[in-house]
Amino acid sequence: MNHIALKMLMGDRGKYLGIIMGLTFASLIMTQQPAIFVGLMMRTFSFISDLGLPDIWVMDPKVQFVDDIKPLQDTKLYRVRGVSGVKWAMPLYKGLLKARLENGTFQTCNVIGLDDATLIGGPPVMLVGKLKDLRRSDGVIVDIDGATEKLAKRPMVPGGKPIPLKIGDTLELNDNRAIVVGIAKTTKTFQSQPVIYTTYSRAVRYAPRERKMLSFVLVKAMPGEDIPTLTRRIRKATGLAAYSRKEFIDLTWNYFMKNTGIPITFGTSVALGFIVGAAIAGQTFYNFTLENLRQFGVLKAMGASNWTLLRMILLQAILVGSIGYGLGVGLTALFGYATRNTILAFKFPWQLLAFGGAGVTLICIFAAIISIRKVIKLEPAIVFKG
Amino acid sequence: MDGLAKAAVSCKNVVKVYDTGGDKVVALGGIDLEICMGELMMLVGPSGCGKTTLISVIAGILDQDSGSCEVFGKDLLLMRSSEKLKFRAKNIGFVFQAFNLLPSLNAVENVSIPLIINGVKRQTAERQAANVLEQVGLGKRGKSLPSQLSGGQQQRVAIARALVHDPRLIVCDEPTSALDHETGHNVMELLRQVALQRDRALVIVTHDARIFSFADRIAQMDDGHIEKVVDSAEYL
Repeated sequence: MNHIALKMLMGDRGKYLGIIMGLTFASLIMTQQPAIFVGLMMRTFSFISDLGLPDIWVMDPKVQFVDDIKPLQDTKLYRVRGVSGVKWAMPLYKGLLKARLENGTFQTCNVIGLDDATLIGGPPVMLVGKLKDLRRSDGVIVDIDGATEKLAKRPMVPGGKPIPLKIGDTLELNDNRAIVVGIAKTTKTFQSQPVIYTTYSRAVRYAPRERKMLSFVLVKAMPGEDIPTLTRRIRKATGLAAYSRKEFIDLTWNYFMKNTGIPITFGTSVALGFIVGAAIAGQTFYNFTLENLRQFGVLKAMGASNWTLLRMILLQAILVGSIGYGLGVGLTALFGYATRNTILAFKFPWQLLAFGGAGVTLICIFAAIISIRKVIKLEPAIVFKG
Repeated sequence: MDGLAKAAVSCKNVVKVYDTGGDKVVALGGIDLEICMGELMMLVGPSGCGKTTLISVIAGILDQDSGSCEVFGKDLLLMRSSEKLKFRAKNIGFVFQAFNLLPSLNAVENVSIPLIINGVKRQTAERQAANVLEQVGLGKRGKSLPSQLSGGQQQRVAIARALVHDPRLIVCDEPTSALDHETGHNVMELLRQVALQRDRALVIVTHDARIFSFADRIAQMDDGHIEKVVDSAEYL
């Protein structure tokens, strides 16, 4: 009967395509919008995840997320270094500074100051130049997105393409000269500002002078040291907040979830996509069954059991569900591919595939159940009505 | 009819009442009817007299409220629904007024449905279906969709579908009403030839006086009752 079920489904081309379109739309919305949401949320902690070396981040206890900088006194670094179980502890400056561009305009940049001696906390991937070049006079490393977009030089001709920064180009950071010595690849941040790496001492020189300049202390635990235990020990010994990388990521994630409209905005989009997709696909599938009710009645009169008809409807639902889901996630993947080099945040982990699959399955089950109910209640005697 | 002929259908005091929102409509008010093997019985009468209800009960797709209706010695009302389905699938063939072919299936596929319902493999079923289509003169139209066939051809496909699984009872609801006189005549000839070759029984509900002569006996119904059952010659 499977063959008959599939032929019944595909026989009405318009309805068949309508159901598939509804499910494709639902699947697209249920994966594309969350993919942007996940991409956006991952940017909130990309700075933390880019720094793979330290085990523990130490900061002011009032810090709520990674960009919420509440500077510490430089002496706190030594107190952390004094805690037993700490292999090393390095200073990190993180702050927003204005870079003056060659056309006279200003661009806010995320300036990261690394420990002068070890350069711990540097960018994950160097595209041009080397990290140690930061030791050169006034040296800075700029992230590729910043170098090609917001910090790029004016085009040679009006309306032309901006000229990306290259090694040897200069920037002006708070009236200080900075020379580009490298181009790095970093994960885009939530605010999508250019990222400029330099040494800690140079970063605090670029920044407006304050009594406290130290943003974070990056800590590496001794081999075999239990991270949660060391974290607690640092907290107790210094009175500062200390988080493992995962805890700091969670802190940042939770802050954005609780204090911004992002989850509600995307949640609404996903819910609407689900409802609209379910309505279109469910309604079309139900109408399709209603219009085929007489045909189901004929099969029933000829001796087809309810179970056989149920299997036929389920098969139809599974087929349209699979095609709609495949097209939807395919379009989402295509969208991600098309926007891979743009500012748009997009991350498509397998969990979203599962989420989209579950959503489409729910819609199909819903559509099949309302259709099956009608078919099971169907009196085969309708076949004798003209 | 020969009094010794074996009964294919035996209805005794069959009553069916429809409840139409408070009003009770007596569709069958105590029907007694016997249809023998090898007999073509026509049920005639005005609209709403209970003909369709009676063949629905005989075909086992509608339960009567009281009385008994035995088909080949089995009382369908006493069967479990799964048994009844199997019995129907094996023993009863249907020909409908509106043909009721599945529009997205071609003629061979439509004809093969009863076999597939009876568990025959698709390829075998389609081979058998093609043979039966040959018998009804549509051997070359097996791949045609219903929409590509004339009314008469569609009814022939429907007849082939009713015969393909070799049922012993064939119920037809107005099989010629959607056809012109000549096509209707041809369809009846075919039904008579093919359906009554072996020990089968045919029950035909019709308004079409032009085909009365094909019947062995005619049961005249009115208002939920059978007024008379006579030979077709006598009726005409």
